[in-house]
Amino acid sequence: MNRQVHTSVMRLGRIATIFAVLFALLFANASMGAASAAPLHHDATASHTAALAAPLAAVDPNGSDLLIKGTIKNDGKGVAGIEFRVTGNGVDEVVTSDKDGRWVLKVANKGVYEVAIDLTTLPKGVELRDPTTLKREANLTITNTAAVLFPLGKSTRVIQPLWQQALIRVFAGLDLGLLLAVAAIGISLIFGTTGLNNFAHGEMVTLGALFTWLFYMEFKWPLLLAAAVTIFLTALSGWLQDSALWKPLRRRRLGLNQMMIVSIGFSIVARYILLIFFDGDTKVLSSDFTPVALGVINTTETTLWSMGVSVVTLAGVAWFLTRTRLGKATRAVSDNSSLAAATGIDVERVIRIVWTLAGALTGLAGILYGLQFQANWLTGFAILLLLFASVTLGGLGTALGATVGAMIIGMVVELSSLFIPVDLKYAASLAILIVVLLVRPQGVLGKKQRIG
Amino acid sequence: MANVSENDQIAIGTAGPGCKKVDPILVATGVVRQFGGLRAVDVAHVEIPRGKITALIGPNGAGKTTFFNLLTGFDKPDEGTWSFEGKDLAGVPSFKVARLGMIRTFQLTKALSLLTVIENMRLGAQEQPGENFLTALIRPLWRKREAEITAKADALLGRFKLDAKREDYAASLSGGQRKLLEMARALMSDPKLVMLDEPMAGVNPALTQSLLEHIKDLKSNGTTVLFVEHDMHMVRHISDWVIVMAEGKVVAEGPPATVMKDQAVIDAYLGAHHDTDLGTVGSKTVATDTATLKSTAKETD
Amino acid sequence: MDFIAIINLALGELVSPITATFVLCAIGLSVHFGFTGLLNFGQAAFAAVGAYGMAIAILTFDAPLWLAVIAGMVASVLFALVLGIPTLRLRADYLAIVTIATSEVFRYLMTTIGFAEVTGGSNGLSQFGAEFWALNPIPAGPTYGFGPFSYRNDQLYMIVVAWTLVIVGALILRLLMRSPWGRVLKGIREDEDAVRSLGKDVFAYKLQALIIGGLFASLGGMVFVINLSNVQPQSWGTTFTFLIWTVLLLGGAATILGPIAGGMAFFAIISITQGVMGGLVNLGWLPFLTQPQVGQIRFILIGLSLMLLVIFRPQGMFGNKKELQFNG
Repeated sequence: MNRQVHTSVMRLGRIATIFAVLFALLFANASMGAASAAPLHHDATASHTAALAAPLAAVDPNGSDLLIKGTIKNDGKGVAGIEFRVTGNGVDEVVTSDKDGRWVLKVANKGVYEVAIDLTTLPKGVELRDPTTLKREANLTITNTAAVLFPLGKSTRVIQPLWQQALIRVFAGLDLGLLLAVAAIGISLIFGTTGLNNFAHGEMVTLGALFTWLFYMEFKWPLLLAAAVTIFLTALSGWLQDSALWKPLRRRRLGLNQMMIVSIGFSIVARYILLIFFDGDTKVLSSDFTPVALGVINTTETTLWSMGVSVVTLAGVAWFLTRTRLGKATRAVSDNSSLAAATGIDVERVIRIVWTLAGALTGLAGILYGLQFQANWLTGFAILLLLFASVTLGGLGTALGATVGAMIIGMVVELSSLFIPVDLKYAASLAILIVVLLVRPQGVLGKKQRIG
Repeated sequence: MANVSENDQIAIGTAGPGCKKVDPILVATGVVRQFGGLRAVDVAHVEIPRGKITALIGPNGAGKTTFFNLLTGFDKPDEGTWSFEGKDLAGVPSFKVARLGMIRTFQLTKALSLLTVIENMRLGAQEQPGENFLTALIRPLWRKREAEITAKADALLGRFKLDAKREDYAASLSGGQRKLLEMARALMSDPKLVMLDEPMAGVNPALTQSLLEHIKDLKSNGTTVLFVEHDMHMVRHISDWVIVMAEGKVVAEGPPATVMKDQAVIDAYLGAHHDTDLGTVGSKTVATDTATLKSTAKETD
Repeated sequence: MDFIAIINLALGELVSPITATFVLCAIGLSVHFGFTGLLNFGQAAFAAVGAYGMAIAILTFDAPLWLAVIAGMVASVLFALVLGIPTLRLRADYLAIVTIATSEVFRYLMTTIGFAEVTGGSNGLSQFGAEFWALNPIPAGPTYGFGPFSYRNDQLYMIVVAWTLVIVGALILRLLMRSPWGRVLKGIREDEDAVRSLGKDVFAYKLQALIIGGLFASLGGMVFVINLSNVQPQSWGTTFTFLIWTVLLLGGAATILGPIAGGMAFFAIISITQGVMGGLVNLGWLPFLTQPQVGQIRFILIGLSLMLLVIFRPQGMFGNKKELQFNG
C-alpha cells in the first residue's frame, strides 16, 4: 500500500495534468479537482464507512496496530519538521515529519480521522499544491493503515475565465446526466410497473462497475467481452431479485412502504457482501485515458465513448418503449396494471422483463461510471439519491421523465460548483429535489394525479 | 313517506334545478371542478334544506362524491362559492368545516382499523382538552371530559348495537358494522349536518333496515342529512327531497315521488331501464349503463 | 473461544451509552412512524442537529451545559419545523425521499469547509464535554458494579445519565400515547382523511409528532457525542438512520417498551454474533473470512434483520400483531 503511494506520488510530478487529477482522486481523499467531472463517490465513501465505525468502534477488539502515516516531499525530497494534527475518535495528537519527510501515528480505534497540516511549519517558499485543502481524511475503517499525503509545490491550478469554466461544467454535467439517465431508467420502470421505490438500485451500479473491473483488469479479458458478460450478469441479478424476492413479496401482498424498507435492508446486505468480495479499495477500471481537447474542454476518449454509448442506449430504450409490443405493454402496466391485466397482458411477465432490463441498464451505467471515475463498493450507493432525484424530478414512473430529470440533476451538480463550494454540489442537487417535490410533486413531466 | 305538506315547506315556488329553499342550511353557487378538460362538477346553484333528509342521486361519474369533497373541504373547486349556515366556506380546510358541525362519511368506509371501536368513537368527540399536546401530559385536566365522552360513546354504541364490539379492533368488524360505526362516530360531535356518502354500499340487507331507521332518527333529533345513494328504494322511502346530478350538473330536484316520475330524470339517469320498477334498480345495473346514460344526459341540459 | 468474554461483552452492550443513544432515537422514531405513520428516513439528522446544537452552543457561544442542551433541543424543534411545514402534506413515499435527502444535505452542510469555523468541517468538533464530566457526582475510586457490569466512575456516570433519559423518555411516551392526543396520532396513522373529517387539524398533529420524536432523537445525539467526546459529520449518514429503524422494528414500532427491548436485543445479538464469528475465524473454521470482514458481517445482519422483520414480523418482537400495520 505504502510503496504504491510513493510511486504514484513520483509519477504525479511528471505526467500530464489529467493523470494528476485522476491519481489525486485515487489517493487523496478530499480533492475535488477543478476539471474533474463527478468524483462523487469519494466524498460519500469516507462519510459512509464512518457512519457506524464510530458507534461500534468501542467494541472493536483489534485496536493494536492501526497506523496513520504519510510522507511529505518537495521536489522529490522529504521535508522535515512539518507538524500534522490528527484528530478524531477521541484522539488529538500532533506528529512531526522526520528528515525523510516521513511521519506516523499509531491509534487505538478504527474509524475516520482527520489530518490537518500546520502551514506555519512549512519552510519558506514552500506551499501546498492545493492551498485550499489543509485537512485530509485518514480512513481506518476498512484497512489498518491509512496514508495521508499533502503534495507540496507550485499550485497547478489555472484560473480560467468564467465562460470557460461554465462550458467545462456543462460538458461534465452532460456526461454525468447521461450516466444518471441510463441508471435511473431502471428505477423509473420498476416504480412505474410495481410501485416500489427500490433503494437497492445503487448496488446494481456497483455490481456493474466491479464485475467489469474483475473481468477486464484482473482477468485481462477484452473490454467488450468483459462488459458483455457484466451486463449479462447484472441483468441476471435483476431477474433473480424479482423472482427470488420481489415476486414472492407481491404474492404476500406486502405494502409498498414495507417493500421500500425491505429494499433498504437488501441494499445494506448487498453492499457489504460486495465489500467482502471486492474489498474496500477504489478500483481503476481503465488504463486508457487518451486525452482529447474539444476547444477549452479537456476530456478523454473514454468519456466520449461513454457518452456515445449512453445516447445510443437511451435512444434504444425509447424505441423499445414506444415501438415494440413489449414496450407498449410495459407502459400499459405502468399506466394501470389491473386494466392492462384485463386486456390480456401478462403483468408478472412484464415486471420480470422490466427487472431484467433494469439490471442490464444499471449494470451498463456502472460500467461507464467505473471506466470514467473508478469505482468501489459504495459507488452505487453514493449516487442512489441522485438517481432518486432524477426520477422524482422527471415525474415518478415515466422513462422519458427520468431521462430529463437526470440531465437536469447532472447539470445542477456540475454547474452548482460555479457558485457554491465544490463540496456542496451533491447537496445542491438534493436541495433541488426537495424544492421540486414541494412545488411540483408530480415532477417536471409527470401528470397531475386526480385526487379523491 | 314524504307527504305533500312537508314538501311545500321545503322549496320556495316550484321545485326545479337550483330552486330556492325556505330554510337552507347549505348553499352552493357556481361550483366548478375540472379534471383535465373534464368538468366533473359544474353546479350552478343548489340549496340543502335544514332539518330534512336530502338524497343526492345520479349515475356513476355524475360528480356526486366530488361535489361532496368540494363542500367538505377535501378538494378545492376551480371556482364557486358555498356557505354553511351563512358562513362562507371557500378556502376553509376540511377539519374546520367539520368543527362547524358539518360531518361527512366516506364511500369506502374509513373505520380506523387498528383502533378499538370505543377509541374510534372517542375520536369523534370535540372539545377534548387532552387532544392538546401539553394538556395531554396532565391527566387530571382531561379525565373528566374523557368520562363524559366515553358515556356518550357507549350510549351511541348501544343505539347502533355495537356495544358488544366495544373493545374489538375496528378491523374485525363486518362491512355493514363499519358503516354503522362510521355513522355513530360522526354523531359524537352532535353535528348539524351529516353528509353520508353511499351509506348503503356493501351493507348486507339485514342491516339495511336498521341503517335506514338510524338515518330517520337523525332527522327526528333535528339533524340535517344529505346522502349520496344509488339504491332507489332507499331514496324513495326515507328522503324528503331528491337532487339529481348528471355530468356534474344538477338536472332535477324535488320531492322523491315527483322526481322519480320526471321523464328527464328517467331518461337521463335510468336510461334503458325506465320500464322496470324504480324501487328495484340496483346500483350495479345503473353502473353498467353509465356510458349510454351520459349521452342521453347531455340532451337534457 | 472464550464464551465468557463474549457473553460479558454482550451483557455490557445491554446498558452501553451507545445502546441508549439508539434507543432514544428509536423512541423518537416510534412517535413518528409507530404512532403517527410518518416514514421519516432522516432521523439521523435530528440526532445530529441536537448534537451540533449543543456542541456549537458550548464552543462558539460559551454557553453553560444546561443552556447548550436546551439550545440543541431548540435547534431540533426548528429543524422539525423547517422540514415538516413544507413536507408533511406529501405522500408517504415522497416524505421518505425528502427526509433522507434533507438529512444528507444537513450532513453536507456540516462537512463543508465553508462553515468549518463553527462546525469544524469534516473534522467535526470536540472538547465540549468538560462541564458534563465536571458535574459527575460519583467519586473516582475502584470500579463500581460487578462482573461484566464493572465501570469506572465516569463510565457509570455516563450510563446513569443516558439511561435516565431513556426511562424518562419511555415514561413520557407512555403518558402521551395513552392520552387523547396519542389517540389522534394513531387515528392519523390509520387514515388521516377520516381524522380530518372528525374535525382534527391533522397537519398540526403531524408537525407536533415530528417535533416530539425529533426531540428524543436530539437527546440521543447529545448522549452519543458526549460519550464519544466528539461530533463528526460522517457519523450521521443513512446507516445511522437505518440502524434506528432496525432497532425500532425489532422491538415493535407501536409499543412503549419496543425501542428499549429492540435496542438492547439488537446490540447484544450483534456483539455475540461478532464474538462467535471472530472466534471461529481465529480457530480457522471460517477460512474465507478475515477478522475485519467479521466486522462487516454485522452490517449484513442489520440489513437482513431489517428485511426479515418487515416481511415476517412487522409488529416486532413485542408488538401486538394488530397494533401495527404499514400503510400503503
